[in-house]
Amino acid sequence: MNFGKFAVSALSLALAFSLSGCGKSEDAGNVIKIGSVAPLTGPQTHIGKDNENGARLAVDEINAKGLELGGKKVKLELYGEDDQAEPKTATIVAQKLVDAGVVAVIGHLNSGTTIPASKIYHDAGIPQISPSATAVAYTAQGYNTAYRVMANDAQQGRALGQFAVNKMGAKRIAIIDDRTAYGQGLAGEFEKAATAAGGEIVAHEFTNDRATDFNAILTSIKGKTPDLVFFGGMDPQGGPMARQLKRLGLNAKLLGGDGLQNANFMKLAGADAEGVVASSPGLPIDSMPGGPEFRKKFEAKYGVIQVYAPYAYDAVYALVEAMKRANSAEPAKVLAELPKTDLQGVSGPIKFDAKGDTEGGAVTLYEVKDGAWRVLETVK
Amino acid sequence: MDIFLQQLVNGLVLGSIYALVALGYTMVYGILELINFAHGEVTMIGAMVALSVIGVLMGAAPDLPGVMVVLAGILVAIPACMALAFGIEKVAYRPLRKAPRLAPLITAIGVSIILQNLAMLIWGRQYVSFPPLLPVARFEFLGAHISLLQIVIVVLAVTIMAGLWLLVEKSRLGRAMRATAQSKEVAELMGVNVDRVISATFIIGAAIAAIAGVMVSAYYGLAHYYMGFMLGLKAFSAAVLGGIGNIAGAMLGGLLLGVIEALGAGYIGDITGGFLGSHYQDVFAFFVLILVLVFRPSGLLGERVANRA
Repeated sequence: MNFGKFAVSALSLALAFSLSGCGKSEDAGNVIKIGSVAPLTGPQTHIGKDNENGARLAVDEINAKGLELGGKKVKLELYGEDDQAEPKTATIVAQKLVDAGVVAVIGHLNSGTTIPASKIYHDAGIPQISPSATAVAYTAQGYNTAYRVMANDAQQGRALGQFAVNKMGAKRIAIIDDRTAYGQGLAGEFEKAATAAGGEIVAHEFTNDRATDFNAILTSIKGKTPDLVFFGGMDPQGGPMARQLKRLGLNAKLLGGDGLQNANFMKLAGADAEGVVASSPGLPIDSMPGGPEFRKKFEAKYGVIQVYAPYAYDAVYALVEAMKRANSAEPAKVLAELPKTDLQGVSGPIKFDAKGDTEGGAVTLYEVKDGAWRVLETVK
Repeated sequence: MDIFLQQLVNGLVLGSIYALVALGYTMVYGILELINFAHGEVTMIGAMVALSVIGVLMGAAPDLPGVMVVLAGILVAIPACMALAFGIEKVAYRPLRKAPRLAPLITAIGVSIILQNLAMLIWGRQYVSFPPLLPVARFEFLGAHISLLQIVIVVLAVTIMAGLWLLVEKSRLGRAMRATAQSKEVAELMGVNVDRVISATFIIGAAIAAIAGVMVSAYYGLAHYYMGFMLGLKAFSAAVLGGIGNIAGAMLGGLLLGVIEALGAGYIGDITGGFLGSHYQDVFAFFVLILVLVFRPSGLLGERVANRA
């Protein structure tokens, strides 16, 4: 353990030196360093690179237009870092950026990496805006440095609960959650919202994030004749659950969060995915107010948009707007201005609440039709 | 009533799979008094190999009927698992046959970890989905939904168990196995090739495990590198519940454990008024196991250890 800690600090020190080394060649007063962290290696590379490119697009645009702070012309410089979607690496990279003297960080991509890194940014007093971390815990730590530009899991759970009762007409609802931080949190918010909207929770069953057999709990649920089954969990459980639900002749719709809204769920559920409804935070790109224009700009430079690039782009603008209002890039002054953010972003209006979450973040609902996820509607 | 019947069906299907895997544990224990912890992983390898074969066949001959493709998968998985079990016994257990009993137990755990990681390297960390090849016919019986696959699983499991019973009780090899189980030394003196009998035991267990592995992945529609762990643990418990070393016990224990689990998960919430929920599904099964062991330490059908030489 001790050696591990030593190795980590030695490594981050070495990295920090190499970073600060390349920064010094320019006039330090005129260059503003911004960090961007996402997995740039491993299975999520494409999404990570997408985030970085979104941020880079915004930085290049702002530099091209010219930015003036405190009467001086300044240039933004983006430091792209790779956290490999690993919490451990995330903290090393975060320390490295802090040591390199970045004034703010756009990232990270995953909740699992964003949360441990947020402590380091908070201790260093520099603002962090995540384009894509949705776990409630991220902004619930009481850090004045943690912001995000996407709806969190609580907002998603609320939207799902209201949608289930008001739009899908569910009256008797059964809930299954996988007892993970994500699944339990989402199911809890869903339950509150669904009850408030007038739905009746007839069963709340549990499983775990390694289970594959849901026959027993689904049969028990069947005895309570629900018209909707909500699952708070991920696709490896959701897939077989969709199959077993159909096989047991349970006449209820399956509803889930962004853990199900992906291609892998379709593969695991096979033909039984048909009719399943799931949500995903944010808007589909073409429904965003600035979506089509952003797509044109982005695709001319970097190719196809994966998912979160518009959010990374907006995060940079929210940050720079705060710098402009503070008339400085000093982290403390920027932090004082960030809560006043009121930006018409590509993904929609961006305003932060006291915790650093976006007010009225959008959630989009999708349904599987003819073997593909189709947009049902977006709720705010 | 229909709900109860449905839970019973769920439990029986699950239980027949447990029973098949439990047979492998109990046969090896009966002869070597060794708990072959790698047996769950052999089941997993069976599923993975079958899925690979199915994937290749679907690409090479898309016109082949689904049942044939799955059958081909099973037919490749069985010899693959037999070879694997033969190798495991030869490398990890045979050199330690005269060692203290704890030593082969530890190599068994080692083999289990190696196989799991090997599978992760070969097939990846992702869940592998079982393609929709089998007919999805469903029947309704007194309100309970029973699929063709569920019937096939139970019938096949019962057939295999009956076949194994005949093999052990009526064949020459079976007599040699029973003799070896009673006393290796005496059996050897009577001209039984003990090494060969032990290898045969491992191989038969692995062949059954391969079939069970394909059943599980077809039933749940997926396979993954750690699926063997929990399945192995449950099957081992089933073997202990029925009386480890006893073949009929493994069958009874497997079926019983499956039914207890289904009924437990289905009714525990209602019985305790929500105090204990369905996340206690696994706990419930193991709780029953502990109860049985407290009152009948040798399991339901187990003989008293004093009778063993």
